[in-house]
Amino acid sequence: MQTSSDNILSAVRIDKGFPGTKALDKVDFHLQRGEVHALLGENGAGKSTLIKCLTGAYRRDGGNILLDGVEVDPRDTFDAQRLGIGTVYQEVNLLPNLSVAENLFLGRQPRRFGMVDIRAMNRKARELLSEYELKLDVTRALASYSVAIQQVVAIARAVDLSGKVLILDEPTASLDAHEVAMLFRIVRRLKARGLGIIFITHFLEQVYEISDRITVLRNGRLVGTRNTAELDRRDLIAMMIGRELAAEIHAAEAHAAEGGEPRYRFRNYGRRGRIDPFDLDVRAGEVVGIAGLLGSGRTETAEVLFGAHRADSGTAEIDGRRVDLSSPRAAIREKFGFCPEDRKTDGIVGDLSVRENIVLALQARRGWTRPISRAEQNRLADLYIRALDIRTADREKPIKLLSGGNQQKAILARWLATEPEFLILDEPTRGIDVGAHAEIVRLIESLREKGMSLIVISSELEELVAYSTRIIVLRDRAHVAELGGERITAHQIVEAIAAANERRAS
Amino acid sequence: MTSIFRTYLARLLPQLIALSAIIIAISMTFPGFLNLEIQNGRLYGSLIDILNRGAPVVLLAIGMTVVIATKGIDLSVGAVMAICGAVAASFITSGHSLFETILITLAVGILCGVWNGILVAVLDIQPIIATLVLMVAGRGIAQLVTEGAILTFNDPGLIFIGSGSFAGLPMPVVVWLVFGVLVALLVRQSALGMLIEAIGVNRQASTLSGVLTPVLLIAAYMLSGLCAAIGGIIAAADIRGADANNAGLWLELDAILAVVVGGTSLLGGRFSIAASVLGAIIIQAINTGILLSGFPPEFNLIIKAAIIVFILVLQSPRFRTSFAFLAFPRRAAKTTEQEAK
Amino acid sequence: MKQKYLPLTATILIFVLSYALCAAQYPNILSTRVIGNLLTDNAFLGIAAVGMTFVILSGGIDLSVGSVIAFTGVFLAVVLEHTSMHPIMAFALVLGITTLFGALMGMIIHYLEMPAFIVTLAGMFLARGMAFVLSIDSIPIKHPFYATLKGFYYKLPGGGRITLIGGLMLLVFAAGILIAHRTRFGTNVYALGGGTATAKLMGVPVASTTVKIYALSGLLAGLSGIVFSLYTSAGYSLAAVGVELDAITAVVIGGTLLTGGSGFVAGTLVGIFIQGLIQTYITFDGSLSSWWTKILIGALLFAFILLQKGIIHLSRDARQRA
Repeated sequence: MQTSSDNILSAVRIDKGFPGTKALDKVDFHLQRGEVHALLGENGAGKSTLIKCLTGAYRRDGGNILLDGVEVDPRDTFDAQRLGIGTVYQEVNLLPNLSVAENLFLGRQPRRFGMVDIRAMNRKARELLSEYELKLDVTRALASYSVAIQQVVAIARAVDLSGKVLILDEPTASLDAHEVAMLFRIVRRLKARGLGIIFITHFLEQVYEISDRITVLRNGRLVGTRNTAELDRRDLIAMMIGRELAAEIHAAEAHAAEGGEPRYRFRNYGRRGRIDPFDLDVRAGEVVGIAGLLGSGRTETAEVLFGAHRADSGTAEIDGRRVDLSSPRAAIREKFGFCPEDRKTDGIVGDLSVRENIVLALQARRGWTRPISRAEQNRLADLYIRALDIRTADREKPIKLLSGGNQQKAILARWLATEPEFLILDEPTRGIDVGAHAEIVRLIESLREKGMSLIVISSELEELVAYSTRIIVLRDRAHVAELGGERITAHQIVEAIAAANERRAS
Repeated sequence: MTSIFRTYLARLLPQLIALSAIIIAISMTFPGFLNLEIQNGRLYGSLIDILNRGAPVVLLAIGMTVVIATKGIDLSVGAVMAICGAVAASFITSGHSLFETILITLAVGILCGVWNGILVAVLDIQPIIATLVLMVAGRGIAQLVTEGAILTFNDPGLIFIGSGSFAGLPMPVVVWLVFGVLVALLVRQSALGMLIEAIGVNRQASTLSGVLTPVLLIAAYMLSGLCAAIGGIIAAADIRGADANNAGLWLELDAILAVVVGGTSLLGGRFSIAASVLGAIIIQAINTGILLSGFPPEFNLIIKAAIIVFILVLQSPRFRTSFAFLAFPRRAAKTTEQEAK
Repeated sequence: MKQKYLPLTATILIFVLSYALCAAQYPNILSTRVIGNLLTDNAFLGIAAVGMTFVILSGGIDLSVGSVIAFTGVFLAVVLEHTSMHPIMAFALVLGITTLFGALMGMIIHYLEMPAFIVTLAGMFLARGMAFVLSIDSIPIKHPFYATLKGFYYKLPGGGRITLIGGLMLLVFAAGILIAHRTRFGTNVYALGGGTATAKLMGVPVASTTVKIYALSGLLAGLSGIVFSLYTSAGYSLAAVGVELDAITAVVIGGTLLTGGSGFVAGTLVGIFIQGLIQTYITFDGSLSSWWTKILIGALLFAFILLQKGIIHLSRDARQRA
């Protein structure tokens, strides 16, 4: 494949490591002229690291990048842009307060007598956008247009500046079907012009609609590149999330708790725009796994359950008693706990010590007037540092200096210290090393054995299969299937996700 | 216990060294500087004078420390001082008892804090902008209360707070010492201190952990208002009148400077009230030192500017990173990795 | 109507309405004499506020303005008294110093990554301190050239005068409007206010723009100082205390977002006029006390902050629905 002279961009054996993890391991990637090439993988698979290496945002540790057959080494994103590689991100990287025209021509506005020629700039902006079927008032602030339009403006700017390779990083994440169609018309048009387009998304039907080839990454490794037309949806999902579908290990005792009255009963629970109303029962001593592709509403489910976003429909009951879960504080009062997905912004309090991070939730629940004595804090901290094997020089070290896995354990400890009865874990094993990974899985099992109710969200299917008593499958911000008992296998989960996908595609 | 004491000392060491250096430098040029004498059961001397003159800034710095720890700032404290001084003067002259006057004045200060706090915590307005409103309008309100004049009073009780003495120390010193110790005990013996630091470092994560963020934010500004009220009473009592134009003028900047000198980061998080108090005293000691040394007092501002620049360089993220890379290259690399994620 | 014009429209509306109300009560307020005085009395504030507008548009703040004005005044007074330097030369010299001073602050803000608030606070202390060091007394300026300059004015029908400094303020505003809206630098200023990280990604030279913004603010503060010394014919190190606050207030009342990225230099002019009008009205009234100025301006400030908060909220909602 590499020999193809049609390759406009080739990345060969790209290596990139961060201390403690290997983000990219000898990854090859080839993009042809006039093709839309989907780059797929779950979070942490290495997609964005690869993109950042291609655009010079990261310095790669090894490997070569060839653009038009010539070896290039972009130092930063401008450099990449000048060479011909433009990128458009999901979070539109334009300035919302400037006008559309200013965004298009920032730094290269046409001038007359030293002054910006606004009329010429607006005219050129209109001309440029007319190639994209867009008729806008280019003098209006970018912020006054929908995200879809902003995307197109970003694409127009990127193509105008670079013009060889266009990288679209999750461009459709917040667009509706109509807007996606518009975007795809533009992508096809650019493709016809001979641009190579890298398309990153988690919407599989869009992959099948627009892409010519697919490359899948997992855990920093290349799984493979296939022609879209020849790749079955099921196989694709297996490439993305199942490691070895044949080797299905399921801890049989995990089903033991099935039967018995549900402790937690959510009826028609949901929040408009985030997650469709769902019914959910959770028993004591049960782990309910939540599966689904990225963006299917997994985190949204967790946030609504915990009151981080107040539910606007439905009811919640514990042991038949109606409860209010409208805020984290209310949920914590009902002995809920929540380890968020984004540790850095929602989890750790970076400058505070490991000890303080561990006692934070317990202290918040007790209120400021009833401080936990220093001795008790030390006892709790030491207890959990030992029990969860948190690797830290001492309990007074600022938590931001710990590795990801140890931070995750400390946040778990924060909730365990409150002795929760209902614990929600959002991607508890994301971005942590193998050793810590196994420990967290063991911990989840031991908590279940102690009678705790757990909701665990994970993109690692084997993991879910190993500890879940039941699995809820999500798709398009709705709960679409529930698997229990013998049906908890990685294969069945893939089937359920794929079935939901096909239903939608047809 | 000793280890906690040691960490405490370590935290205050830079400020203590700076203060000692300043005092030694002054006393070398002025041998009489360290002299203390007792007259009529009261201590007199330059050192006492520093503590006394510094009282308003020390008080403001106490409240400002807590506000800054929440990642906020309170620009209105100078104006609130003026309002509270005016309120105190007008109530005492209209025949209210000392007790009532003080109670009402403190309540007014706290109310100003509630206003700021609501703007910040509920309306989610940037602190610097939110408190600017009261900074601009406050002095007008103070003048409204005093009706433009300097409202003088001769209530011996109120005057005592400004110029009396207790246990050999001037009253203002007694007031800030007692108040400072009370606040420090309150935040450190309760869980307030930790929760406030948590909010300052990561408001989102704190809220998700169940911390009652809005209430604590409002409380921080209330404390700042209370501090300004006490400062206002002392300033008014000192001159036996309320001067709406000049009471507390620009003291908010001195208070912020004191907090910065005390080593509390303007970006929120870890704070030390004792260090800020030391910071305020350092500033006052420099003032007094310049005054004594016969240098024109004008140099004061230049030295303040130099101090800020010096501390800025020390606190600058860029300076710190390069320093951290030299000292602990491994650790620094890890942090970047986490940031990358 | 475009959303970005909303605060500006509100400002203009408030000005026109309050002017009409004032005029209904005191028809004299319409006279060209009052208008001329409004320009002259607020000339130094207006010029400083133009610089402040750029700083705030970029998401920063400059607390040093008042001190720089005082420094400039004292510097001129001292130089003109003790040397035989021609005022024009002295003007050029002091403008050079204040521009450099601003540029230095911009460099510290950018390269040390420190908040503008605290850096310009240091600048405020430093400039005031330098003024004190030059002289603590109020020094009158008696140079004949000053008298000449003050003799220039344009006579309006009805007895009003547009003085040199009043006219200069209008010119500075015109130049400011041109720079803000018709140069790449101007767009870059807005870009910084929209988000430094994004602006950097889009190729805005963040370092040089930041330095230029504070240098411009320093230059205009210096010019404002010259105007102030013409206005008062003196240099005094305690003068112009708190002018930075008045300037910030004028900028915000003029419809510029204090968090940066949105606003108009022209709005600041209206903001200045509103402040001036309140003062003029209180003078006309005679019975109203001067402190109402501050309270009213504070209330206006609050109203505008709320208005902007509301607009941001609305536009966010609108986008979510879209």
